[in-house]
Amino acid sequence: MSFLSVRNLSVRLKKGPPLLRRVSLEVAAGEVRGLVGESGAGKSMIGKAVLGILPPSVEVTEGEIVLDGVDLLRLTLTERRRRIGAMAALIPQDPLTALNPSHRIGPQITDRLVDILGWTRADAAARARELLAEVQIPDPDRVLRSYPHELSGGMRQRILIASAFAAEPKLIVADEPTTALDVTVQKQILKLIAGMQARHGTALLFVTHDLGVVSKVCQRLSVLYAGMVVEDTSVADFFAAPRHAYSAALLAATPKYTDPSAGLNPVPEAVIAAVQAEVAAFDRGRAHG
Amino acid sequence: MPFLRILLLRLLTTAITLAGVAVIVFFVIRVVPGNPIAMMLPPGATEADIARLSALYGLDKPLVAQFGIWIAGVVQGDFGTSITTRQPVLDLVLGRLPATLELSIMALVMACLLGGAAALTGTRYRGGRTEGAIDVANGMALSVPDFLWGLVLILLFGVLVPVFHISGRVTPSLDLPFATNFYLFESLIRLRFDLWADIVAHMFMPALALAIPLAAIIGQLLKQSLKETMNLDYVTLARTKGYGETRVILREALRNAALPTLTLVGVQFTFLIGGTVIIERLFSYEGLGNMAIDAVINRDLPLIQGIVILFAVIFTGVNLIVDLLYTVLNPRLRHG
Repeated sequence: MSFLSVRNLSVRLKKGPPLLRRVSLEVAAGEVRGLVGESGAGKSMIGKAVLGILPPSVEVTEGEIVLDGVDLLRLTLTERRRRIGAMAALIPQDPLTALNPSHRIGPQITDRLVDILGWTRADAAARARELLAEVQIPDPDRVLRSYPHELSGGMRQRILIASAFAAEPKLIVADEPTTALDVTVQKQILKLIAGMQARHGTALLFVTHDLGVVSKVCQRLSVLYAGMVVEDTSVADFFAAPRHAYSAALLAATPKYTDPSAGLNPVPEAVIAAVQAEVAAFDRGRAHG
Repeated sequence: MPFLRILLLRLLTTAITLAGVAVIVFFVIRVVPGNPIAMMLPPGATEADIARLSALYGLDKPLVAQFGIWIAGVVQGDFGTSITTRQPVLDLVLGRLPATLELSIMALVMACLLGGAAALTGTRYRGGRTEGAIDVANGMALSVPDFLWGLVLILLFGVLVPVFHISGRVTPSLDLPFATNFYLFESLIRLRFDLWADIVAHMFMPALALAIPLAAIIGQLLKQSLKETMNLDYVTLARTKGYGETRVILREALRNAALPTLTLVGVQFTFLIGGTVIIERLFSYEGLGNMAIDAVINRDLPLIQGIVILFAVIFTGVNLIVDLLYTVLNPRLRHG
């Protein structure tokens, strides 16, 4: 039984072109699913839809987002917000903009515990200290009293990870959590997320454009192109033998840092044309059906 | 420590500003036509009368010498004697200052409440009819100057539905037990709510007239920056935590969005104080502004100088307070 299951989700710009085309995917409890694709493929859009933070300029036209047996899209706004707040969390992309500059770190980790889940302040503060230790931040008491601008990007991302795990959510959406960081910090953060995920048994929806990251963290994988899932497979199968031509080309396009002379292999035009034809065929089918 | 250094630096620049204001006001009011002696003497006075009176007030000396005498006094806290009332300028001016301060601050509070409410409501229901209505109301409030609002209010709540007093600061027949001229404040301290209500009923309309244009500016700017802030990542993150729209606006967005508005409120508040001159006249409110108009009509040079200097002190003081508030609200400015 999947903890999260997205079925036939279609999203479009209001009165505009489709952004997601009948996307379906499952995330079992404790499983890590990667969402890969080029920029604009709609991978972040799926994460936003699951967390109920789609921008006001887009609308869901069909589909279901079933979180722990309940279709979020059938709930009222307030019920959906409460359910998502209690069960899911976000690790955002850019740690420099995701913390409120005028609040101290402590409340930004504990706010959900106190305001939404009704913990006492003392319990929440103890939990925050425990979490900061878990994400390997030295001197937690000082950090909890700090403002975001007093901390480095890597520190802030650790804090955001701690904050995401604070309420022991069943599902975390990580939206390119290492993209905005230095390469040296990326690896540590990735290891940290993977370790936390394994310890807490949290299901993880990992949005990334980096197949190297997928191979390290994920068990299953959805490849997106133009808002369509072109391949849904296990990570082992994908790296052994991708089924879809676009997936294969994407895999081939991943730069090999161990062999710089290999150069860059962009996705061949023929493959792009083929996958675009698939998208067009899908849209035609919709228009007639 | 840097906080103290900023404060000292600001006090120094304030002193320079005030010196400049003193020079300008002194010479400008002596360059414009009309002089106090002509206002004091009856028609048909002789040249000798004029010369005698001029000598009495020291107005026969060269301008620079007059300035030297005046500024030497000012530095020692002596602003001279009013020509019309023969009382020390400092006593006159300080006696009226509380009335104007209370009026301005009441207007500022009203403007912040009205403008803040408009901005928060407009942000909460953005993109809908409510926001449209608020924008229209803001535009109207902004396009009519404060003294016209004063006339409209007099007509509405002074004449058609007479719920407020249209003139004065307090009902003259009342017995006032006050030790200071801060009537509004002191009536509260002394728990004399009957007097307080009477004073508020006098101040309400002039304060509202001053507040309406400022409220519109606050409403527009704050709504604008709130809407921008609502799209930032930390606000989105707060939404995923389960917070409702209203709480997201108040907890996450308001404080950050208030910063640009605060700077503007500081500048606009000084304009509001300038506006008290006309509004006090309109409502016969016994404040500095009303006194300033009388002083200009009578060419009471020392009194004009004293009032202008006091206004300059208030303006620079307001700017200083805004800067200090800014560092309190924005933790990034506190160090360095």
